[in-house]
Amino acid sequence: MTRDAAMTEDELQRYIDGRLDPARAEAVRRALADNPALAAEIEGQIADRDALRNALARRAAEPVPERLRLPPPATGGMARMAAAAAIFAVGIGLGWGLGRDWGAEHPLPSGIRVAQDETALAQEARVAHAVYAVEVVHPVEVRAEEREHLMAWLSKRLGRKLAAPDLSAHGFELVGGRLLPAGAGPAAQLMYEDASGLRATIYITAMPGDESAFRYSRSAEGVSSLAWLDEGYGCAISAPLDRAQLWPLAEATYEALAL
Amino acid sequence: MRQPRKRHLIEAQIPALRRFAYALARDGALADDLVQDCLERALSRWHLLRTGPELRAWLFRVLRNLHIDALRARGRRGAVTLDEAPEPAHPGGAESALELAEVLRALWTLPLDQREAILLIGVEDFSYEDAARILDVPVGTLMSRLARGRAALRAATGRETGGRPNLRRVK
Repeated sequence: MTRDAAMTEDELQRYIDGRLDPARAEAVRRALADNPALAAEIEGQIADRDALRNALARRAAEPVPERLRLPPPATGGMARMAAAAAIFAVGIGLGWGLGRDWGAEHPLPSGIRVAQDETALAQEARVAHAVYAVEVVHPVEVRAEEREHLMAWLSKRLGRKLAAPDLSAHGFELVGGRLLPAGAGPAAQLMYEDASGLRATIYITAMPGDESAFRYSRSAEGVSSLAWLDEGYGCAISAPLDRAQLWPLAEATYEALAL
Repeated sequence: MRQPRKRHLIEAQIPALRRFAYALARDGALADDLVQDCLERALSRWHLLRTGPELRAWLFRVLRNLHIDALRARGRRGAVTLDEAPEPAHPGGAESALELAEVLRALWTLPLDQREAILLIGVEDFSYEDAARILDVPVGTLMSRLARGRAALRAATGRETGGRPNLRRVK
């Protein structure tokens, strides 16, 4: 197989895994366009990877058998731990209204209206994330199996054509979505989950303002969000990840949602 | 706050550990034995475990080593060698051969070191660096196992290229 001299075997693997930066990915795509045999091979390897993920997904989705649960907290120390865990969980759900997550790091900039909107947006998005990401039974209103119906419905309610961003290259699959009341009208929340069960949510609502940069913020509970405005809409992605981990998800979402 | 977080982090990994163990061991019951041993190991070292992203890699490393130990033990009993473990029979139930994806069967024909690389990267989404650490090899070795493994898997599946038939790609 002939290969673009600049394209290494490692780069091909990174390409398959969606882990190349956009410029190099584009270079690989171009090189593959000139080499149909290799392109077919690589496409096949990507399909294999996806098929393998699917084939094994059921295994991870099964309820965990009793014998594989961590033993119940037995000692006083463990009991205290459990109590703390419960408080911690409630904290995630309810600790938001206090606004203490919004500290000195991001003082509300008076007079800068756009930034204020993004501040509100990020906070709304994270409240929505905190409320629904912990849901086991009803994390979403409409599940990803009915993706077409889900997106048509949310598009109609938001007055904007919406497609669910494909975050599978980053290990996140769509769980589904729901409609929520936002500050000034409806908001859509799309929920994604990775192989470990970690959830990320995308929050979209109509919001006046021009295109803006991504604004990063993080709550005391460790949920980060990146929020931005784009042509009359505000978007935020939230997950219990750090900035570096969240960034590629935000970029992929931005690209997918940009008109 | 650290302790419940640690417990939560470990519990959150159990489904993925079961998946990885199953894909390695090719047998659900054997896989769950491995996961149980892995969790017991974690509990026994509870106070030594640091919370954070490295905890996940640590769990997978323990599980992977337990799997190799189990293969060696079976090998010593004259049952199998490392790479020649026969595919276990699938006695009906949820794991009927019919339901077993072709790609999984193809995976199970590959040498163990390639299988491990494919699973850690392609299914469990570890970084190349973390996967190399889990397997205790240099990153370059991991990458070449990954490349050889994926080529071998492709040859073994030999399916038409193209996406999944029932899933529309959403741009």
